[in-house]
Amino acid sequence: MPKLIKDAQFVENDWQLVSAEAEPDEVLSLKASHLLVPFTLWQDHKAELAKLDAEIGVWFASEQNPAELLTEEEIGQLPVIALDFPLFKDGRAFTYAALLREQKSYSGDIRAVGEVLRDQLSYMLSCGFSSFQVADDVDEETYLNGFHDFSENYQATVIKPTPLFRRRQV
Amino acid sequence: MYTYDKYDHQMLEERVAQFRDQTRRFLDGKLTEQQFLPLRLQNGLYVQRLAPMLRIAVPYGLISSKQMRKLASITRDYDKGYAHLSTRQNVQINWPKLEQVPDILAELAEVSMHAIQTSGNCIRNTTTDQFAGVSPNEIEDSRPWCEIIRQWSTFHPEFAYLPRKFKIAVCGTEVDQAATQVHDIGLYIKKNDQGELGFQVLVGGGLGRTPLIGQVICEFLPWRHLLTYLDAIMRVYNMEGRRDNIFKARIKILVKALGIDTYREKVEALWQHTRDGEGTLTEEEVARCKAYFTPPAYADLPDEDEAVDTALQQDLLFQHWVQRNVAKHKQPGYRIVTLSLKETGVAPGDLTDRQMEFVADLADRYSFSEMRITHEQNLTLADVRLKDLYEVYKACKTENLATANLGLLNDIISCPGGDYCSLANAKSIPIAESIQRRFDDFDRLTEIGDISLNISGCMNACGHHHVGNIGILGVDKKGEEFYQVSLGGDQGREAKLAKVLGPSFAQVEIPDVVEKIVSVYLEQRQKDEKFIDTYQRLGIEPFKERVYAKAD
Ligand code: SF4
Repeated sequence: MPKLIKDAQFVENDWQLVSAEAEPDEVLSLKASHLLVPFTLWQDHKAELAKLDAEIGVWFASEQNPAELLTEEEIGQLPVIALDFPLFKDGRAFTYAALLREQKSYSGDIRAVGEVLRDQLSYMLSCGFSSFQVADDVDEETYLNGFHDFSENYQATVIKPTPLFRRRQV
Repeated sequence: MYTYDKYDHQMLEERVAQFRDQTRRFLDGKLTEQQFLPLRLQNGLYVQRLAPMLRIAVPYGLISSKQMRKLASITRDYDKGYAHLSTRQNVQINWPKLEQVPDILAELAEVSMHAIQTSGNCIRNTTTDQFAGVSPNEIEDSRPWCEIIRQWSTFHPEFAYLPRKFKIAVCGTEVDQAATQVHDIGLYIKKNDQGELGFQVLVGGGLGRTPLIGQVICEFLPWRHLLTYLDAIMRVYNMEGRRDNIFKARIKILVKALGIDTYREKVEALWQHTRDGEGTLTEEEVARCKAYFTPPAYADLPDEDEAVDTALQQDLLFQHWVQRNVAKHKQPGYRIVTLSLKETGVAPGDLTDRQMEFVADLADRYSFSEMRITHEQNLTLADVRLKDLYEVYKACKTENLATANLGLLNDIISCPGGDYCSLANAKSIPIAESIQRRFDDFDRLTEIGDISLNISGCMNACGHHHVGNIGILGVDKKGEEFYQVSLGGDQGREAKLAKVLGPSFAQVEIPDVVEKIVSVYLEQRQKDEKFIDTYQRLGIEPFKERVYAKAD
């Protein structure tokens, strides 16, 4: 089971991430308490999924921009929106996360899944990610230190919307 | 120049510590080669043909004498005693050891220098015209704006994993020496009819495999909106730029595919959410940055000097040097001096540790302790007193830095090419040298006049061959090094991309080819036409005919 980081600590990961290839029938018969389902599957089987005795979150592939694909109403209902990094160097989701927060005022959990590296954590956090699913064999301390690489940043970001130039004490 | 405050220092120190830790984890086997790659690239570290190469950032080319001395000592202590100035106004050293790079970065940080984002798929060093702030015909000093962009782009959390590298140039001078139009984003500072300051924004320019001139995405962007608008441009690119094919990943390909109007609509749609938000620039911030670039304490001096005039009459070589390497300054009694790093037999843009220390001393004595690295790989002293010119010249002569060839055929822009670069198809430094050897007579060179010759060792076009009046590109022909020649490129406000002349040549043929091209120009030029003017009037055909004419 992959590990989960939330609020800068490792927490129990009870979310089961459903692969993009999973058959709908199979998914609908799963006995998990928390399911992260692929966006397309969720779209096609929303009603059935809602009947399951599980909390449902949705994950988006890197070519899917949730800020465009979800309606306001849908966004409001989702406890977790997960954004996939198929490769760590595919940085699209940095912008998706920022748009969900800034444009859609999404206040639920935005989770980074896929190839999530320790050295990306602080940037992800700045862009609005709030949880991180990482490989089960990672060294926990090394990862948690990733949040403390920088104590300041220049830009207007999701977590610090006031850029440094408006805060700077000369 | 800009001076780091506690925030800048703190972030830089944290970065040094971060990279030290990353390097340690890599050497301990906790990071794979793949995972370490973007981390080291974002700290300027390439693995090259012979050794790693470290690219050190020189923000918009501006460097102090103290920083230059530090570079000299670094090349001596960790490298082979020389450095290379790149077309992005940065400095490269070619032989550092990976284990020592964290120490080098720590030393650089002592003088507010670093190698942040000099490589990798992120926003790179912003470049500008080397005459910023001293040019007589300036619209606005670009340096404070470059600094504002430097801060915005440094550690930008959203744009560290872009589809591909991203380059921004800013130009506030009338003549554009920054190749602004062939950048991912080019910014021309301008004033509107009400006298308000803003930017004409170009997007989608670039060289490489698919050379393109940038297109205007915004005719006038008021200065306050600079950063939010840049964010919006970047967001569209980050989300929609191609990631499936490295050769199609630059923003220019996306702009071309969507069309500039669609690209603009997408940017505007995103921008409306952040426009006038907290990212909007403030007058205080602009004033803060401008305060670092106020004119130095110029003396009140006449704009002529008898002793210099006498020296000009008596010393022909000095006369040549002044004619080519010295430009008018906005302040009477001052001149802009550019030291050519294009001495024949030396790789274009290379400086030894000793020369670095020499120019640092020179800057201390004669130019308010600052220098500028130019996009043409030379070094500018921006504020030299007219009356000191002869002394400066004589001093430079002792260090082989007084070559009088700025803008002439032997002032060649060249990438490091096959001698250093693992991506190269062919060498470029020996080609530059063979041309310099053929054209080494000052009278002949001035007879030919202003002309640019740019050489790249491969399609990546680091030597900007597409915008050279004469461009030379290293190609691979069945495993052998060949050279494709193109004509008609130009880099200024009327930037043009060069056209390929025809089939490529072997290395030994190149000086003859250049000779033939030049001879067509000399025979056909009218009045005071420059090479590029004659080329534009005649087109490529006469050049082609001459170069490919069969010997009887
Ligand atoms: S143009 Fe090619 S050969 Fe020259 S430095 Fe760039 S990548 Fe290397």
